[in-house]
Amino acid sequence: MRLYLKYLSIHIKSQMQYKVSFYLTVIGQFLTSFSAFLGIYFMMTRFNKVDNFSFSEVLLCFAAVLIAFSLAECFGRGFDAFSGMIGNGEFDRIMVRPRNEMFQVLASKLELSRIGRLVQAIIVFAYAIPASGVVWSADKIITLILMIISGVIVFSGLFVIYAALCFFTTEGLEFMNIFTDGGREFGRYPLSIYGEGILKFFTFVIPLALFQYYPFLYLIGRSDNTLYMLLPLIGFIFLIPCYAIWKIGVRHYKSTGS
Amino acid sequence: MKKYLSFFRIRLINGLQYRTAAYAGIATQFAWGFMEILMFNAFYNADAAAFPMEFSQLTSYIWLQQAFLALFMTWFLDDEIFSAISSGNIAYELSRPIDLYTMWFTKNLAIRLSKAALRCMPILIVAAFLPRPYGIVLPANFLVFSVFLITMLLALFTVVAFCMLIYIATFYMLSPLGIRTAALSLTEFLSGAIIPLPFLPDNVRKIVEFTPFASMQNLPLRIYSGNIAGSEMLWSISLQVFWLTMLVLIGKLWIKKALKKVVVQGG
Amino acid sequence: MIELKNINKTFKISKRNAGFTEALKTLFKKEYTYVHALKDVSFSIGTGEMVGYIGPNGAGKSSTIKIMSGILNPDSGECVIDGLTPWKNRREHVKHIGVVFGQRSQLWWDVPVIDSFELIRDIYKIDSITYRRNYDELVSILELDEIVRTPARQLSLGQRMRCEIAASLLHSPAILFLDEPTIGLDAVSKIAVREFIKKINHEHKTTVILTTHDMQDIEALTGRILLIGKGQILLDGSLSELKKRNSSYKTITLEFSAGNFKEIPGIIMNNKIDGHGVFQVDTGVLSISNAISELSKSADITDISVAGATVEEMVVSLYEEFKI
Repeated sequence: MRLYLKYLSIHIKSQMQYKVSFYLTVIGQFLTSFSAFLGIYFMMTRFNKVDNFSFSEVLLCFAAVLIAFSLAECFGRGFDAFSGMIGNGEFDRIMVRPRNEMFQVLASKLELSRIGRLVQAIIVFAYAIPASGVVWSADKIITLILMIISGVIVFSGLFVIYAALCFFTTEGLEFMNIFTDGGREFGRYPLSIYGEGILKFFTFVIPLALFQYYPFLYLIGRSDNTLYMLLPLIGFIFLIPCYAIWKIGVRHYKSTGS
Repeated sequence: MKKYLSFFRIRLINGLQYRTAAYAGIATQFAWGFMEILMFNAFYNADAAAFPMEFSQLTSYIWLQQAFLALFMTWFLDDEIFSAISSGNIAYELSRPIDLYTMWFTKNLAIRLSKAALRCMPILIVAAFLPRPYGIVLPANFLVFSVFLITMLLALFTVVAFCMLIYIATFYMLSPLGIRTAALSLTEFLSGAIIPLPFLPDNVRKIVEFTPFASMQNLPLRIYSGNIAGSEMLWSISLQVFWLTMLVLIGKLWIKKALKKVVVQGG
Repeated sequence: MIELKNINKTFKISKRNAGFTEALKTLFKKEYTYVHALKDVSFSIGTGEMVGYIGPNGAGKSSTIKIMSGILNPDSGECVIDGLTPWKNRREHVKHIGVVFGQRSQLWWDVPVIDSFELIRDIYKIDSITYRRNYDELVSILELDEIVRTPARQLSLGQRMRCEIAASLLHSPAILFLDEPTIGLDAVSKIAVREFIKKINHEHKTTVILTTHDMQDIEALTGRILLIGKGQILLDGSLSELKKRNSSYKTITLEFSAGNFKEIPGIIMNNKIDGHGVFQVDTGVLSISNAISELSKSADITDISVAGATVEEMVVSLYEEFKI
């Protein structure tokens, strides 16, 4: 919506005021995911394959998850940092404006510095895409794009759940990190390496596998099931429970104040 | 020092009060450790021969790392100190009759110890009861255990001494966040927080083991399970003591210089 | 037109106890206390009125404001504001109110104030003609011409508050809630802000509800006072009524060279520093002239002045009277 773009332009203008700090943070972000990459690099050079996935295949998986996460963090920062918004009364200000609250929270922040991670992921893609031996036909490209988009949706959904939980308590939300940061860290490798149980959990409960694993199998030719290519779309359905929890949270806030 | 004992006590009580936070934190760390072990398990299944340590040594490493996370994580920094530096409130701290370095050092120690005290027991207890290949193993003998405890304490001091350098560096920077994140993520990697150092190729590992980072968590965690023993252990411990001394000395000298700058400029 | 009837609100707060064993207990069982923030609160405010809403901290002021803004829903009771129930029709209701939180800014920090204004214009969907008109009026009255292109973080508190108020009025709200609008401002800015609010109220018939601890705000702006304490409305009346009620109290300010003041019935000593003393006299107990003669027995008075009680003192005695 046009209003969202106006918000974005204010954020960009704001952050560009602090050019030096911005670039330093971008570099910092880049190096953070670089050490994650180093982890993969050293492990894969020592072991060659894990669960029969090669180094470049793992990199494809890593890069896709990283792009999805960095985009989700960049645009969804309002939810990610929501506990602060409740604490300092900013959410009250949002409630006093005649617009949808969720929209306002989404528009309230734009964390451009996450581009650092994005750049890292693109560089990794630049290496992995040719090296992986995948024949990049139209359907494979579509699969990859769907993987990333669905990843953004699922991570954003997790941020929304975190924010919604902030309405009920600001303590004890650390465990959400398992799914957000954990999803990013452990999602470096195809989720099957963690075993059946974990894979099932991330398929049916928190649909990380729906964008990181099944379509990935299709992508690298491990599976011919075209259904796998479309599974990322189910990630969109994940937003429904996220939205529901958010609504419940707002209702709770309205009856208990802060 | 009494002040910091009570500080420790207050933090402990605070930590207990927020019980949901305590439970959630423990659950998070437990899940994290569990996933890490599953990951290493996958690699072990891929090529057991290439695994540079006993699997039980690895699991002990991971569980101890989680249990004592608060002691080892370099990114666990005190915001109060940062805001005191950037706002210039440092001037007030200087008017107290305690050496600033010691004050900050003990404060950080207290924070880390109180956090670790809360978290470690539940995690260790659960880890002890996990089925064989996934749980924590007991140390070989009491001597090993005591050496572990000593080196862990020294590791804690080394971590805090390193963090002191980060605080002092902030005196010179207007917006430290970016540099801080960058430096810390590399530190994490080099100290064996992302993957234990034995997984690095030999030539790389030898270099890293020379750095102070290897003395931060790598050393005690591997001494516990016997991964480092004998003469290598003695050598590594002396290296640890060396680095600890160096970091503290550099820190103390540097803070004097930095404070002079503050005084001259008026904050 | 604001109408509240029998509004009740109770909050459940978890108890936190001091001490180590208590803390260990909370690990296993949580205890709660119930805070009755609002008990049977009722009042109505007509269009264009300016009302001062006062009371000690924790009395229930912010809860009432939140209910009237639509942020909080009460446990029971009715509230109708210009035909709408705030918490039920939030988005519609909120289009017609403006809120200024004294401590928290609604302006974006690092961009020029005018950018914030324009974003607000888009949020409230203000048509360009109305926006232009309001903008010009607000900028000229509040003298924002020179500062409107500066980022909010570079403005002084006084400048920022003027911009805040302008921001809250861009969408021509019928009701303005002001929460501590003059806090932290220097004397000149305070007067400017008060003048401006009076003007807006006069020209646009904007209903103004002011919560403040600054009694001079009350005196300068409001004709009516609502006093809330421990969740209940204790007083609802005009400022002049309040003054009459307290007119039996007078303040005597003394300058003296030497003195030792004994207890005198009907006289309360508010303040005494070397050679300067402030006393409150209950004229129901003794007349001013008797009070002066009693005081002069205890000291060598060099200067005297007598004044009616200030609003501040009236409110303090009200608090004492109602034990809040």
